[in-house]
Amino acid sequence: MALSRRLLLLPLLRRGGCLSASASPARALSTAAVPADAEQEEAVTVKGVRISGRPLYMDMQATTPVDPRVLDAMLPFYLSRYGNPHSRTHLYGWESDAAVEEARARVASLVGADPREIFFTSGATECNNIAVKGVMRFYRDRRRHVITTQTEHKCVLDSCRYLQQEGFEVTYLPVRSDGLVDVAQLADAIRPDTGLVSVMAVNNEIGVVQPLEEIGRICREKGVPFHTDAAQALGKIPIDVNQMGIGLMSLSAHKIYGPKGVGALYLRRRPRIRVEPQMSGGGQERGIRSGTVPTPLVVGFGAACEIAAKEMDYDHRRATTLQQRLLNGICGQVDDVVINGSMEHRYPGNLNLSFAYVEGESLLMGLKEVAVSSGSACTSASLEPSYVLRALGVEEDMAHTSIRFGIGRFTTEEEVDRATELTVHQVKKLRDMSPLYEMAKAGIDIKSIQWAQH
Amino acid sequence: MLLRAGGRRLLAPGLRRVLAGGDGATAPAAVRGARAYHERVVEHYENPRNVGSFEKDDPSVGTGLVGAPACGDVMKLQIRVDESSGKIVDACFKTFGCGSAIASSSVATEWVKGKQMEEVLTIKNTEIAKHLSLPPVKLHCSMLAEDAIKAAVKDYEAKKAKLGQKGEIASTEKAAEA
Repeated sequence: MALSRRLLLLPLLRRGGCLSASASPARALSTAAVPADAEQEEAVTVKGVRISGRPLYMDMQATTPVDPRVLDAMLPFYLSRYGNPHSRTHLYGWESDAAVEEARARVASLVGADPREIFFTSGATECNNIAVKGVMRFYRDRRRHVITTQTEHKCVLDSCRYLQQEGFEVTYLPVRSDGLVDVAQLADAIRPDTGLVSVMAVNNEIGVVQPLEEIGRICREKGVPFHTDAAQALGKIPIDVNQMGIGLMSLSAHKIYGPKGVGALYLRRRPRIRVEPQMSGGGQERGIRSGTVPTPLVVGFGAACEIAAKEMDYDHRRATTLQQRLLNGICGQVDDVVINGSMEHRYPGNLNLSFAYVEGESLLMGLKEVAVSSGSACTSASLEPSYVLRALGVEEDMAHTSIRFGIGRFTTEEEVDRATELTVHQVKKLRDMSPLYEMAKAGIDIKSIQWAQH
Repeated sequence: MLLRAGGRRLLAPGLRRVLAGGDGATAPAAVRGARAYHERVVEHYENPRNVGSFEKDDPSVGTGLVGAPACGDVMKLQIRVDESSGKIVDACFKTFGCGSAIASSSVATEWVKGKQMEEVLTIKNTEIAKHLSLPPVKLHCSMLAEDAIKAAVKDYEAKKAKLGQKGEIASTEKAAEA
């Protein structure tokens, strides 16, 4: 029982302590290893070691917790107002439809769009599929070329690869070492038969923000639709589809404290961008995406967008402060730390660091009490290090060492401090164990050594 | 407002019921996940044995440095050999690599101690992998540990041979002078 109450109160606690908690906050946040006999119900075995409580969540780019206010908005649509929004003949359908339209308006207003330009889908991956494949297939007679970047999300890259198999041509633009795309290079790459330019707004791995306004301006001048995957950008940086010349945009709910399983595609009306639907069926969502619109999820998405519109500035300032705190804490205690990606054009809630001479998976193994992710080969299914980091030109040995810290609306200063402390401790321990660190300290240039491959 | 209050009242018992059912036997097992580390690997990581360095130029020390930073695995394994008996009296390691790589090299240093040099050359990576219950994707870590042992022994023998040569040249010179 104590566990559930703590879980209920914790997000509210973290939002500036607006509710005084009878459950002790100290116990909720402590994650020290405990002996096996104590605290049986709450102790959790993580990576072979029993810890009390749950790990600190610092992986906001992977997903975010649902804001309790969003959950509040969703529940009635599961329990009492559960109608199908496409039922035209009774109250259940009408009220469900009204809720969907209200949510649509909220999503639209967050990005400066008209509600008729928002189409609900199952998530950003589906949106990217519709955008890339749908646009190119619709205009297949006149447009045969797609431009995208090497740091896009896998779903965009995979859709492009699929198009290549169908006979389209794709240009994968390289990025500079700070992660930003070269706008002049993009302009040069546009051909008369270019049908789509796809550049993501905020990168999920390194957090860099691409120059959307410039890219949008160029695309508008050349008459090419501009698609951006804004899953990580929505509600975090200001987006205006008209100012940025965006033609298509992929949005995801579970990155802004909304429910998982819903997203939205923005499709411009003037000038109208047409797509070939990827889901055949009853013609819901104006024929763009058939299938029953999941009212509770969509209502949650709308609520999340409304909250984000109000709290974006505050969250941004807070994330910046916490990011600085984390960075200063770590860099003040260990050296040879590299930040991957531009620091000026960056969303502050994403901090991707490489610790030289320390391997990522072994660092993650030591960070049992912090949930973070790494760009190391060992943590991906194949033995290849992250392609995003490689596109930045990061050396392979440094790509193996990267850790991504995600800071969000509910991250507290204590969590940041504890993450700093644990990270510094593990890095120091692993550097003591590292032959590369030893060689570097002795002044040997590691790059000059001929390694015996096996 | 009303919705929110109603929602919370609806939320609380529901959540409690779900959690009470959930955090019994199912929760710990569900948490472990597919990428579980064997407890021996964790043990070697938490309490590493024989981390350190010997003096590289010491004639009784053999150093094996294998792997490549580009692959994400570098192991340095050093052995100290007793001249007269040919027995390995001490060993230490340093590794840049994942938890399985650290554990494999740690196990390697434990196993070579107190053995003859010819004997340690027979240590197979499959034995290390079995001892640590390494999954197939991590077998290359144990392979690298085996290579490290062989490289260390080879380095020691090469050193001995070179010193032996120098010794022969010195003694022939002495004989020539005498």
